[in-house]
Amino acid sequence: MALLEVQGLSKRFGGFVALDGIDLAVAEGERIGLIGPNGSGKSTLVNCICGTLVNETGTVHFDGAAVDGLLTHERTRRGMARSFQLPRPFVTLTVAENLRVPMLYAVNARPGTKLTDAEIDARCAELLSLVALGDKAEQHPRDLTQVEMRKLELARAMAAGPKLLIADESMAGLSQSEVDDIVNLLIALNERGITIIMIEHIMRAVMKFSQRLVVLVSGKKIADGKPDVVIRDPEVEKAYLGQ
Amino acid sequence: MQTRVFLLIAIVAAAAVFFAARLISNDYVFFAGYTVLQFVVLATAWNILGGYTGYVNFGSAAFFALGAYSTVALHKFSPQVYRRWVDDMPDWFSSSVHSVIDPVVQALFPLSIPTLIVIGGIISAIVGLGTGYLTLRLRGAFFAIATLALAVVLQTFIVNWDYVGGSRGAYIIRPNELEVEPWLLSTWTAVKGLLPAWLASTTPISYIQYLFLLMLVLVVIALTVARGIERSQLGYGFATIRDDELAAEASGVPTLKLKLIATTLSGALMGMAGAPFPYYIGYLQPSSAFGLEYAVNSIAMPMIGGTTSWAGPLIGAILLGSLQQYVTVTISSSVNVLIVGLLLIVFVIIAPSGIIGLVQGWLRRAQAGQGGK
Amino acid sequence: MGVSFDLLINALIAGILLGGFYAAVTIGVSISFGILDIVNIAHPAFIILGSYIAYIVNARLGLDPILTSIVMLPVFYVLGAGIYQVYYEAFEKRGQESLRGLSFFFGLLFVTEVMLILVFGVDYRYVEAWYIGPSWHLGVMDFPLRMLVPCLAALALFGALQLFLSTTFIGRAISAVAQDQLALQLMGASPTRIKRIAFGISIATTAVAGALLIIIQPVEPSVGREYIGRVFAICVLGGLGSLPGTVIGAMLLGILESFTSTFYGPSWAPAVAFGVLLLTLAFRPAGLFGR
Repeated sequence: MALLEVQGLSKRFGGFVALDGIDLAVAEGERIGLIGPNGSGKSTLVNCICGTLVNETGTVHFDGAAVDGLLTHERTRRGMARSFQLPRPFVTLTVAENLRVPMLYAVNARPGTKLTDAEIDARCAELLSLVALGDKAEQHPRDLTQVEMRKLELARAMAAGPKLLIADESMAGLSQSEVDDIVNLLIALNERGITIIMIEHIMRAVMKFSQRLVVLVSGKKIADGKPDVVIRDPEVEKAYLGQ
Repeated sequence: MQTRVFLLIAIVAAAAVFFAARLISNDYVFFAGYTVLQFVVLATAWNILGGYTGYVNFGSAAFFALGAYSTVALHKFSPQVYRRWVDDMPDWFSSSVHSVIDPVVQALFPLSIPTLIVIGGIISAIVGLGTGYLTLRLRGAFFAIATLALAVVLQTFIVNWDYVGGSRGAYIIRPNELEVEPWLLSTWTAVKGLLPAWLASTTPISYIQYLFLLMLVLVVIALTVARGIERSQLGYGFATIRDDELAAEASGVPTLKLKLIATTLSGALMGMAGAPFPYYIGYLQPSSAFGLEYAVNSIAMPMIGGTTSWAGPLIGAILLGSLQQYVTVTISSSVNVLIVGLLLIVFVIIAPSGIIGLVQGWLRRAQAGQGGK
Repeated sequence: MGVSFDLLINALIAGILLGGFYAAVTIGVSISFGILDIVNIAHPAFIILGSYIAYIVNARLGLDPILTSIVMLPVFYVLGAGIYQVYYEAFEKRGQESLRGLSFFFGLLFVTEVMLILVFGVDYRYVEAWYIGPSWHLGVMDFPLRMLVPCLAALALFGALQLFLSTTFIGRAISAVAQDQLALQLMGASPTRIKRIAFGISIATTAVAGALLIIIQPVEPSVGREYIGRVFAICVLGGLGSLPGTVIGAMLLGILESFTSTFYGPSWAPAVAFGVLLLTLAFRPAGLFGR
């Protein structure tokens, strides 16, 4: 059974149809790449899946249960986590405290889970070293570079202990080696058992990461399959070349 | 420092303030001090919702006045009034009511001020919760506007409600004797016996000193609650709402629930601050209960003192409160509000982190200077 | 029902005329809040300022208040532009609009009100004009000119503004700035400049609204506070960013208040706006015509 099941999801803004009947099934442990031109609705789809936006039609099933109508924080507690395209750190908290928040509010809210302070500190340290921010634990987000903020963004999403992680354009503006870092990080996370949907424009990263590629154009899904097949699909080529 | 320790220190500090004030044999200290203490509570209460959570409440006067008017309403609900109401009912009903309720009413009323404070707090908390529930799911701006409109509407209701005096106002005559709980009285007697003679002055506690003492207790409660929140998980939650509500939700923070908690706490504290006010002022009119100064000061004091810590509202209230006492007496009360308004504008533009922020900045630069040598 | 038709129809007319005036009061906020997303709760303070200026000119020189307000339009525009500049430098640029911006305008509201008290005192002031007093009768219907003239002036203001926003380049840029700042920059228009112009216009409308206010009712400094609730209630009811929605929302509120006043007494009128605001926020936050 799929971990995430989106069926017939549509979203309008006034007269503008941002998403038109999207179907998407993500199996546990998969690595999905989601691509599409600017404005095709990728972030809108993420927002609807996570509950930040409310879709007009369609359903979202996660981990066997319908999550329509649930607020974002409830979905996070159930195991969905996302990073934001433009990093949104908690600026008055330190880097380490940024990671404590999801642990206190998402992980600890799950029935049967109650991390002690010591465990929280340990996990924070571990996550920070995973994204190479260990020495910046006591600093504030305003002291971080762009790259470091993106890593913090990912680390914070991971701190929520998710089953599904949606990484929204975490690599924009990064250098080649930095992109590789993040891709390797995400693959490592996936090997730990986290299902990941990666939204990206950097094709190199997408091709390296994805086991399956989904293409969104103007609010419609036009392709969904193995990356090397999808990339040669004439519709997909047209969507990208036509830009 | 644990919150328990803080509470202890606060109680000791409050006791010290009280005894020091008693040494000055001038009741004016208590009158002026009461106002300043009241502002400490209001500013701290406002800051829980405004500074910690980032939601601006323009209607502090509404919650304050709710506390004040619930006191007025209950004060007027004397056994005679109650008896008149019941006698108006059909005989078969009133006789059974009399036998059951009469002794209860006799025992309870007139309610002591601490009880009134609790009731005022509860009523304000409920209204805060209600307003919050209707508007907090939307943007902070809508909540702010709603609180402003709330103040106007509540004032309209009170002005139209003759039972509490309407626009004519209500007289609250202070009882001749201090309605102090027996256990409080015996504690006081015991404490007095332990103190050196010069401290345990034999002058009895006048009514205004009693009100001052009650307000001191409220200050201790408010500051302890504020500081307790700051160090707790709740405090983290509030901070994330203030910093980025969307990211907070995505991180699992139940933002609506926390906002409602903040609103309810804030409203409750403001209502508690308002409950003794009718006894303090003796004659309560809607225009004074809903006055300008409550709204401006509840915002100006934390913003000028510093919104990120419990100490900010305290500093702001003491500084601005004392300044205002001085200006009101020497110049006029309108100029008073003008100065506060101007200070608010200036600080908000130039020193957004308030006095605490300025001090922290100086300290940081001083440390950096020393480290560089 | 023992309600006379006369009473009903005249309450309705009074409501519509009042609504027209409320539209003038709210149009500025429709721009600053609906389009620019700036919560200027000091808006009513500027209206009162406009009222007092109309009062002084009327008392000293006998000039018609509406004429005065037209002369004052550029002055208020400059004032608005200046305030926006301060707001932008201090808050918008730093990304701290919400708490500090609100406090800033709140401070402005108070300072304005208190300065007016200090200068003019708390007595009610009023103006005199040939149309204050007489009524135009049409059968059983009464049209008090002191309400009719402001209503017509308000509709004229609305018409002019709507025309400006839909036909001129700057006007359309203002409508666009709410939706897509980037596109605006690509077009070569500076969003900051456009917003400054828009805010200036928003405050300029208060000059007119203030003159109309003091025609309709006597004014004293704290009158502004009653209008904060009304103004935002209308904005929300009509739907943010929709100027025609604002006019309709204003009419609805005017009628509701008029009926409340007539059948329950005038002291309940301020509560109507709040009730409307709360209900709208609770059930249809996008308003009747909102985006």
